[in-house]
Amino acid sequence: MSVDTVKNATATPEAVQPYAELGLKPDEYARIREILGRRPTSSELAMYSVMWSEHCSYKSSKVHLRQFGEKVPVEAADVLLVGIGENAGVVDVGQGYAVTFKVESHNHPSYVEPYQGAATGVGGIVRDILTMGARPIAVMDPLRFGPADAPDTRRVLPGIVAGIGGYGNCLGLPNIGGELVFDPSYLGNPLVNALCVGVMRHEDIKLARAAGEGNLVVLFGAKTGGDGIGGVSVLASETFDAHGPSKRPSVQVGDPFTEKLLIECCLEIFAADLVVGIQDLGGAGISCATSELASAGTGGMHVTLDRVPLRDASLSPEEILMSESQERMCAIVEPVQLDRFLEICAKWDVTVTVIGEVTAGERLVIEWHGETIVDVPPRTVAHDGPVYERPYSRPTWQDALQADAPTPERLARPATADELRATLLRLVASPNLASKSWVTSQYDKYVQGNTVLAQPEDSGMVRIDEQTGLGIALATDGNGRFAKLDPYNGAKLALAEAYRNVAAGGAKPLAVTNCLNFGSPEDPDVMWQFAEAVRGLADGCLELGVPVTGGNVSFYNQTGETPILPTPVIGVLGVIDDVERRTPMGFGSEGEMILLVGATRDELAGSEWAHTVHGHLGGLPPEVDLGRERQLAEILVGGSRDGMLTAAHDVSDGGLAQTLVEMALRSGRGARVFLPEDLDPFVALFAESAGRAVVVVPRSEELRFTDMCVARYVPVARIGVVDGAGKGAVLDVQGLFSVALGDLEAAAEATLPALFS
Amino acid sequence: MALRIGVVTFPGSLDDRDAARAVRLAGGEAVALWHKDRTLSGVDAVVLPGGFSYGDYLRCGAISRFAPVMAAVVEGAQGGLPVLGICNGFQILCESGLLPGALTRNDSLHFVCRDQRLRIESVTTAWTSGYTAGQEIVVPLKNGEGGYVADQLALDELEAEGRIVARYLEVNPNGSRRDIAGISNAAGNVVGLMPHPEHAVEPLTGPTTDGLAFFTSVLTRLVRS
Repeated sequence: MSVDTVKNATATPEAVQPYAELGLKPDEYARIREILGRRPTSSELAMYSVMWSEHCSYKSSKVHLRQFGEKVPVEAADVLLVGIGENAGVVDVGQGYAVTFKVESHNHPSYVEPYQGAATGVGGIVRDILTMGARPIAVMDPLRFGPADAPDTRRVLPGIVAGIGGYGNCLGLPNIGGELVFDPSYLGNPLVNALCVGVMRHEDIKLARAAGEGNLVVLFGAKTGGDGIGGVSVLASETFDAHGPSKRPSVQVGDPFTEKLLIECCLEIFAADLVVGIQDLGGAGISCATSELASAGTGGMHVTLDRVPLRDASLSPEEILMSESQERMCAIVEPVQLDRFLEICAKWDVTVTVIGEVTAGERLVIEWHGETIVDVPPRTVAHDGPVYERPYSRPTWQDALQADAPTPERLARPATADELRATLLRLVASPNLASKSWVTSQYDKYVQGNTVLAQPEDSGMVRIDEQTGLGIALATDGNGRFAKLDPYNGAKLALAEAYRNVAAGGAKPLAVTNCLNFGSPEDPDVMWQFAEAVRGLADGCLELGVPVTGGNVSFYNQTGETPILPTPVIGVLGVIDDVERRTPMGFGSEGEMILLVGATRDELAGSEWAHTVHGHLGGLPPEVDLGRERQLAEILVGGSRDGMLTAAHDVSDGGLAQTLVEMALRSGRGARVFLPEDLDPFVALFAESAGRAVVVVPRSEELRFTDMCVARYVPVARIGVVDGAGKGAVLDVQGLFSVALGDLEAAAEATLPALFS
Repeated sequence: MALRIGVVTFPGSLDDRDAARAVRLAGGEAVALWHKDRTLSGVDAVVLPGGFSYGDYLRCGAISRFAPVMAAVVEGAQGGLPVLGICNGFQILCESGLLPGALTRNDSLHFVCRDQRLRIESVTTAWTSGYTAGQEIVVPLKNGEGGYVADQLALDELEAEGRIVARYLEVNPNGSRRDIAGISNAAGNVVGLMPHPEHAVEPLTGPTTDGLAFFTSVLTRLVRS
């Protein structure tokens, strides 16, 4: 077997290399030759190709993402311990605790192989969190699919849900929330985003850097196999004869048990303070880990690649460099600490191998059976990838889309009491609003014993200190229809909703992560959507005073020429001093007051009603006023802290009607509701105006609460009274209609099991 | 001095810290035991917690029965040591022969996590004496392979000897024969339970606190003996 060495590459400058098949453009290939002063070896070519890919280099998005570093709210200085650029950002939540959280996409693998694609999406994000030095404490999964009744949705959804559950449940991580949204644009390109959150003490934060000449490069975890090798199989098949390994599966296969061992092993290693730097192996495998560690350190590293333990002895060096085999980590360890490190790995039966060392120079040198196959400046691989200013322009169809507003003349609205009642039941049973318990009951939400709130609550809330009651809350949101109507405000609306959901539980919103799912960046329309969404998110975070700590961009989410709805999924992290004070969403006790906080307008563009009843998307999304959102959050957090609130629930998809239904079903209690007289009942029930929440307060607290709203000029109106529980419970919209809770529950619960069981 | 209850951690155990918390909340001292231990450090009772012990890619609990610690658990159990196996722990007890029958894939073929209503059928075991006969409780249930099966003879024997500790009410979540949620050995010191009482010990994090009595029961029993 011949290996393409550096010596060979120098001697054969004219050898033709399959850079195009590996996804590199001619000018990118030329740039690599320029950096190296010769042609790259096949191993170097493999490394550059994968590290300069869109996924790893953010080459199309970088110029826009810079805004997150430029529009930094003043609050960031108090909150951020580690900012953008590391595996995940780290936030100070007080009492000496630091929290790290991040959301990432695993869209395409999950489409190809739903179970493993989704499972390894969980595994990957969990390792990102672990790498920061944190114990992972919860996961969430925002999901988007094509129409619920489409055959391909039935193909992918059950497998994706089972994969998320299969992996996360086996790791012992409670799944505390997420989203499930259906829209035709995701048919053929479902979105599988995975979020993980972890907690550590301030002093335990770890960074991905290789420093200290003579320190050891240690690979530990699963052995390296041929899974997850994408384009590089082109190289393998071109480089080697017909007897060599051919096309490898490009979706990774997960082993959650090994990951569980790796988590416990790493945490014990961290506790003993045995690492100088650490990096997980995800996309681009050893190429990524070694080049990033070296690049962030002093620069020099020598790796003996043939020491890497393999599951398949026939793997070529290029494949070993590229393999995305799961459940692996790479640590930089001082030689004096090695014995202790090996001992802990042995305790957990984790395979561990010293594969190299940190060197004095500024070169990453990789050796294969005594010959040098890689000799590069690591920074050029990891951090100095190409940067593109992709052309973008406002789509020609945008004006027409925004002009097509859902006016009463354009879309027939329910007018009679019977029509309103029927509309409510239809929406309650629609796949986007129906109960998600068919999905969430496949996830363990109890493990670790600290889950205070979980789906279907507004946010997931987890206790992090049993003595003090300190806790964190997380919510993710992203309305692709709003973002299509107006990507700038759509991103702000997604941010506002997640922010509001965190506050509804009683937690103070602190920081933001995001997963930006878009179509092809080579399409100027899509690139405009992306640029607008990033600008909206950056401006929104500045206004709300919550810094972006990191995130992920997923491009090329499209089928043929048709991109998905632009889908910025925004995650907001909040902190609550004492989880005993959390506010749940279910109605409280009989006789308590139901108040609507915030203003309702005739805003139905992009609403669930327009989507479900008319299949219509047009007009301008609801107005977003972040100053008002900030005040609403202060009211919700203050109301929780001062013990005024029995319940709170945000008003968003499906409008006030859906909010009341969900509060009733969560508690098993009915309510008497009187709609404001100055509003059309249809608008009052189904409009999706932002900046609103329904709260429940005891009579004795009503005045104090409304005073708090009035002092902030936030509209508040009493809209009902909590009724009794039991068989006869009804949601009674006075003067219009009433629906038995049993009927609402039947409508909400039947939809997903009927489609997917 | 607080009574000491050992909680075994297999490499893939997940609910071990939760079981230890439940022991503490019940007033006992939780003692961490490791799957490679060959002794039980003189504990007064043992909990085998939920999780995926060795990954359970093979039959759940099939490898765990060979763990060094299990030889000591089996020996202790035969001598009357109270042992509670929860979920994966129940599977391990069946695989090690301390309890009859086996646990199979849920009939829905899905992992299921839900708040489950149970009826406590036997209050003579070491772990259920704090309940009243026929008491209904709600505790979390979360498993992928929780369908209890045994042959007719064994099931009849369990019924006849009053060894069915708890039954599912309202919904049989996994296809268990005769709605069985938990059983005991003939002596009543070994109990296997598919639902998770250790997740129903605090109002803040559980659906109820109905599960705590499993842990207070054994502590009361131990104080008396």
